[in-house]
Amino acid sequence: MRFSRPDRLGCVLVSPNPQPAVEVSGLVKRYGSKTAVDGLDLVQHPGTVLALLGPNGAGKTTTVEICEGFRSADDGSVRVLGLEPGSEALRPRIGVMPQGGGGYPGIRAEEMLNLVAACAAHPLDPKWLIEVLGLSGAVRTPYKRLSGGQQQRLSLACALIGRPELVFLDEPTAGMDPQARHLVWDLVNALKDDGVSVLLTTHLMDEAEALADDVVIIDEGRVVAHGSPAELTANRPDDQQLRFRARPGLDTSLLSAALPEGLKVREATRGAYVVEGLIDPQVVSTVTSWCAQQGVLAEELTVAKRSLEDVFLELTGRELRS
Amino acid sequence: MKTFAPGTFKPAPGRGSLARMLFVHARTEATLTLRNGEQILLTVIIPLALLIALSVMSVIPMPEPRVGSATARIFALAIISSAFTGQAIALGFDRRYGVLKRLSASALPRWLLVAGRVCGALVVVALQIAMLAVTALLLGWRFPLAGLPWVVLLIVLGTLTFGALGVLLGGALRADIVLALANIIWFVLLMVGGVALSVPVGFVHLLPSAALAQALETAVVHGTAPGVGPVAVLVAWGVVAGAVATRTTRLT
Repeated sequence: MRFSRPDRLGCVLVSPNPQPAVEVSGLVKRYGSKTAVDGLDLVQHPGTVLALLGPNGAGKTTTVEICEGFRSADDGSVRVLGLEPGSEALRPRIGVMPQGGGGYPGIRAEEMLNLVAACAAHPLDPKWLIEVLGLSGAVRTPYKRLSGGQQQRLSLACALIGRPELVFLDEPTAGMDPQARHLVWDLVNALKDDGVSVLLTTHLMDEAEALADDVVIIDEGRVVAHGSPAELTANRPDDQQLRFRARPGLDTSLLSAALPEGLKVREATRGAYVVEGLIDPQVVSTVTSWCAQQGVLAEELTVAKRSLEDVFLELTGRELRS
Repeated sequence: MKTFAPGTFKPAPGRGSLARMLFVHARTEATLTLRNGEQILLTVIIPLALLIALSVMSVIPMPEPRVGSATARIFALAIISSAFTGQAIALGFDRRYGVLKRLSASALPRWLLVAGRVCGALVVVALQIAMLAVTALLLGWRFPLAGLPWVVLLIVLGTLTFGALGVLLGGALRADIVLALANIIWFVLLMVGGVALSVPVGFVHLLPSAALAQALETAVVHGTAPGVGPVAVLVAWGVVAGAVATRTTRLT
């Protein structure tokens, strides 16, 4: 009577079209007269890392907090692991690292982690996690006296301790030193390797580029671009850059005249020059010999495709946000 | 680069056992209160000093038996100190530090978030009362044991009512405003709210502070059941405060 087994297995194996980890459609959130999120759509596939990238005030945190169940949507629908955000069925399955804060002022790091661990059925070992996150030296320090970076690391530990299927990290590396930042990156990659879905927000291009399978660039509450980092930075053949450093204030119109038609030259920042267009060996040679004629040495000369930062600035503009 | 053995973070989600969550949460709340110097001053040292002062200094008018009356009133003060003022201030700062947000994102059910705080507060109140009772006995208090069940009941009821009022205050306003208001209200209730002294003004009897002090006096001094009036006043304040607090309490 074991014939039913292959059937049951078969059912599991053919389960078509796995449920998205996060599915947001037409999301709208207003604060008074201000529309923070304005018809936002996104889908995160299970086991992937999705980065919400955008300038300050773009609506990243609002979007994530609606997914986490902290805020309610004014319109649109949000499903997390197929469930209602904030529901009691969902909360044990997700890990949350809010932006800043997350401990009793007087609690010690270890006590806080033990408390959150007690909420989970199969938690990671708190002592091990404390050590991994470099908090061993601060286990007895009250939360309010931890540095910003230490509080962030404890918050990350709290998000991971319950072995969640999906982790929300809201600006996980804000206020961290480079060592801690790389540790977070290593952790996110380990999570992904083990099949955990990670949704993170950041305004750091290198973070999005290094970690994310998918990047959703949002601005003023709307998705302005969506794709893998490679897709977003994929360039047309004539969309390359040659960058070099030299004495500030060179007359770029002279260099422009020396180069083939269609190439643009500008001094991006003081002493940093950019030639945009189809960069071939002839162009490189023209630039270096022109510099030699001017009696300057072209330093740090590189040819590159557009960075995610270029894409981001093109899409969201260069002026500062309040 | 830090590497982790494959499978280290393999998902294994699930909610912990309710009993363990409640235990760890309540223990955390109680430990943090007992570790906080200002809380100890408010909940233990001041009530102890006042108990001794009211018992031995005859300048303050107090019905006989003097130590018994003082004990009842200081029990009431101790409950107000920790369940109302202490709870409000702690909640105000917990919200500022984002801990409610943190816990409400965990698997902890909402009702347990409240139950853990209540149990933590009851543990602290039990320790306060035990310490005050031992001091009172040393000062010559004679406790009619028949009143014990009523005293226990009133302590629990008082903690719940003042706890609800504390959550109402601490859950809605900014931490520094909560700190100021919770201390001012504590002082006003102590002086003219029917706690330290009986205030012979009609509306004072409708305050939860006067009701608790009066009900405790009946049970502690005479060992008899408290009147229906004070108990009704306490229950009414607790129910209204609890109902309003569920609407006004914010996570941050």
